[in-house]
Amino acid sequence: MEPSLLRYIWTHTWRQQLWIVAIVLLSMVPYYMSFDLPKLIVNGPIQGDGFGSPDATQTFLNIAFDVPFFGHVEFFSGFQLGREQMLFALSMVFLLLVIINGLFKLYINTYKGRLGERMLRRVRYELVDLVLRFPIGHFKRVKSAEVATMIKDEVEPMGGFIGDAFVQPVFLGGQALTALAFIMVQSFWLGLIALAIVLVQIVLIPRMRRRLLILGRERQLTARELSGRVGEIVDGIGAIHINDTSNFERADITARLGRIFKIRYDLYQWKFLVKFINNFLAQVTPFLFYMIGGYLALEGRLDVGQLVAVIGAYKDLPGPMKDLIDWDQMRQDVQVKYAQVVEQFTIDQVLDPSLQRVTLEEIPHISGPLCANNLTVQDDSGASLVEHVTFEVKPGEHVALVGTASSGADALAAALVRLEKPFTGRVIAEDRDLAEIPEAVSGRRMAYASSDASLFQGTLRDNLLYGLKHAPYRAKEYDEQAAVHREWEIAEANSAGNPDLDIASDWVDYESAGAKGPQDIYQAVRPALDAVGMSRDVLDLGLRSAADTARHTGLATHIVELRSALRKRLDDANMSDLVVPFEPGSYNREATIGVNLLFGAAAGPVSPRIALANDPYFASVLKETGLDTRLYAMGLNIAEQTIELFADLPPDHPFFQQQEFMTAEEIPTYQTLLQKLGGKQFQDVGQDDRASIISLSFAYIEPRHRFGLLSADLMDRIVEAREAFYRNLPPDLEGLIERYDPDRYNSSSSVMDNILFGRIGHGHANGSEQVRTMVCDILEEHGLYDEVLDVGLSFNVGVGGRRLSGALRQKLDLARALIKRPDYLVVNRPLLALDTRAQEQIVQSVLELVRKIDPNAAVLWVVGSPSMSQYFDRVLVFDRGKLVGDGTCEKLREENTIFKSLISWDPQP
Amino acid sequence: MMLKEEVGMLRQVPLFSGIEPSKLKLLAFTSERVNYNDGQVLFRQGDEGDAAYVILTGKADVVVESEAGPIVVAVVEPNSIVGEIAILCDVSRTATVRANGRVETLRIRKDHFLRMLHEFPEMTIEIVRVLAMRLSNTTAELAEARAHH
Repeated sequence: MEPSLLRYIWTHTWRQQLWIVAIVLLSMVPYYMSFDLPKLIVNGPIQGDGFGSPDATQTFLNIAFDVPFFGHVEFFSGFQLGREQMLFALSMVFLLLVIINGLFKLYINTYKGRLGERMLRRVRYELVDLVLRFPIGHFKRVKSAEVATMIKDEVEPMGGFIGDAFVQPVFLGGQALTALAFIMVQSFWLGLIALAIVLVQIVLIPRMRRRLLILGRERQLTARELSGRVGEIVDGIGAIHINDTSNFERADITARLGRIFKIRYDLYQWKFLVKFINNFLAQVTPFLFYMIGGYLALEGRLDVGQLVAVIGAYKDLPGPMKDLIDWDQMRQDVQVKYAQVVEQFTIDQVLDPSLQRVTLEEIPHISGPLCANNLTVQDDSGASLVEHVTFEVKPGEHVALVGTASSGADALAAALVRLEKPFTGRVIAEDRDLAEIPEAVSGRRMAYASSDASLFQGTLRDNLLYGLKHAPYRAKEYDEQAAVHREWEIAEANSAGNPDLDIASDWVDYESAGAKGPQDIYQAVRPALDAVGMSRDVLDLGLRSAADTARHTGLATHIVELRSALRKRLDDANMSDLVVPFEPGSYNREATIGVNLLFGAAAGPVSPRIALANDPYFASVLKETGLDTRLYAMGLNIAEQTIELFADLPPDHPFFQQQEFMTAEEIPTYQTLLQKLGGKQFQDVGQDDRASIISLSFAYIEPRHRFGLLSADLMDRIVEAREAFYRNLPPDLEGLIERYDPDRYNSSSSVMDNILFGRIGHGHANGSEQVRTMVCDILEEHGLYDEVLDVGLSFNVGVGGRRLSGALRQKLDLARALIKRPDYLVVNRPLLALDTRAQEQIVQSVLELVRKIDPNAAVLWVVGSPSMSQYFDRVLVFDRGKLVGDGTCEKLREENTIFKSLISWDPQP
Repeated sequence: MMLKEEVGMLRQVPLFSGIEPSKLKLLAFTSERVNYNDGQVLFRQGDEGDAAYVILTGKADVVVESEAGPIVVAVVEPNSIVGEIAILCDVSRTATVRANGRVETLRIRKDHFLRMLHEFPEMTIEIVRVLAMRLSNTTAELAEARAHH
């Protein structure tokens, strides 16, 4: 990038800069006219100059010029107006000028603002573009938070400066020069004095500011490092807790903050010193005028009138000078920030943009072999990870790479997909050096999976299909209004030098995954999910989540069939009581009292129990039905029993997960509450205390907690209360609760709850597992399995996929690579979170799937344990960076000593 | 059957008879009520043991696999506990237990039980006492058996 900020700005915005200078100059005309007008108003109509007699008139709006060669030219002879009329006319002109000036200012500021923001957008885009093209190795040395700070914060002040970059010096310089020239005209010597002081300001102040710049640079660096460290603390929070190093980190942060403080304090001291000197110099000029000018006047060498005029003119000089110096300060400040950022982003060997060009065309298969040619890979310290390795893998070959952790097989695999840069030698695909092949080829025809899966925040589906999002394949269709907006977006992107790729397009390359479009992508996804053994995980996620009824319409339309199919299956298996269904007119013993009362699911953010008990309408229903006293008594009983059971246990005891009534922290609160309420009548208890006690009863399930608190009469009352509750439901609650309806899908409940439409009975051995199996069968029968899978795929994986288990993340990475259907699949010790047996199963099913999809696809798999190599056609054995064996598993087992020793160390030969 | 009655049942199990009622209540509360239909298996011989079962109602057969096929070696009745060795130490099940008619049980999970022993040492002492009594009886029986040969 261009190292000089002003040149960078000029290159990209010179047209706009010239335009805005022209507009600013034009705006000067009405601006100066509005200066002159008050004098005209006061002297003319108000004081009566030229209106000697009461009926005297003056000419208004006479437009006439003395043009050279033509003499006097009159365009408009004007109106004859009386004194009052003149006053109104001139005042109206004044108002008009005020409006015109205001409009100019509005236009200029908006224009400058837009100019600045566009440039900011351009800079930020270019920086991110560079990040995308950095050589991979560079990322070992940069902290992500620092890069983010540079792109987000450090270039930010540029936006405000860019609009003023050229206008301000032209404008202010012009003003200052005018004032100076005027002084010169009045008195040459006094003019010289003013000029001398101005020169001192121009020379001295920037010199003093040099130190400010150095401090500013330090401030920027320390602040950036601080954000880098904060990022590190957040990422490494686990290690900090585990090692009790939080105070070490505190000390580090304190030291940094101290340094930043010192720099900033120094900065203030200098800044205000400079300001002081600047102000002093500005004020010393009039002092000289009074003294020297006065002396000259006394001597009679200077006219008093001239002296007054000079002093009058001087008041227009310090203002522009000060602004000019401020502008210069701003310029230097921004220039330093800019240069600092550019320096960080100036790196040798950034990828050529042509390697990442948007490619919509289908990429042909890599038909030739993949070769490593005398390949050596070194780490940052210069130690060789892989030394002079040469081999060739043909299409269709399944190759296992075997070795110990330090054998170099990992580094080799990374080098095969360009994640490591060869120190010497080359990787060759299709007779070309891999380093020169566009990412459109390597990224689509090759795939890579490892244990170090990087997932992006978004749904599982987004992450699974991430490997297919190469280009905007299907443009989004916009309606008229949206199309206008889209055109605006494109125009804006172009004028800020951004590409006009549309994020709303469908970027997924369905064809290369073997699908026709979004409608049948699951036929491609499901085998991959099955092969890596994550279908069940995804399905369970789907069953536990609430489906989006707008997207997953099949579930909603077939819900009645699904429910009756489950019922029939339960009846057939003689397990009717395994699931107790919800019935509008009766009590469900397996559900909580709260669920039985509401008989619905909370829509949107779940309302906590206490909030429900506190709701005035709900409370009034409980009161009407007389349930309030009974549930209060029940709540007291639950509180007593729970405290008796759990009060002796330490707060972090796992038994607390066995009850839902109160957390360990709440136990003391309830203990005091019980003491306070002891012996009191229900009527005497305050509203909040009532709610706290009553809410306990909402979590009670008789067969589960077995406190013996539920009588047949109470159950009837609860069902009555339920009906009373829905009879006059106020509109504000209506939106918050979605009532259970046997014939309708409940969009606030999970898929599983919807299909069960009831609760699994307590006391059945393996109850939930049996029900799950039945539900899966039913979904498959009704063709809704994929839809529930889709619900599961809508699960948000969290930052970096942290909401998923480690094993699931690794499976996802492998599945993502499989979905691409690559010609060369490179797999680098994946699935380390799984045990060897599970890994071995996945190796087999993945190899089977690859062979089935494309017999010409090759696999290079760095296996986690040598015994897995038996499933491959060919085995490469690595030892300390060297290739020491190449052949079939059987042959190597007999002939290769290193392979033999590796196998014998393996727990499962 | 409610918690109170379960506590009453647990007290009649010799292993727990000396334990304070409040602790027995916690044990019962943290245990799961599991019901079995005729022929359903509580656990199988050779499996790893993760829970003991107190029979609340009904009967269950203790079956040992032998070369001649499965043999019913005992029948457990209400108020008795099966599989208790598995929650005290790591051994696999020595027999299969199968419901004979409908059976209601209280399933005491091993990790819960060990947590309780950890939390309440007086309970541990009580259990040790019962186990020592058993050992003493077994030793006495063995000695008697040897004397008869």
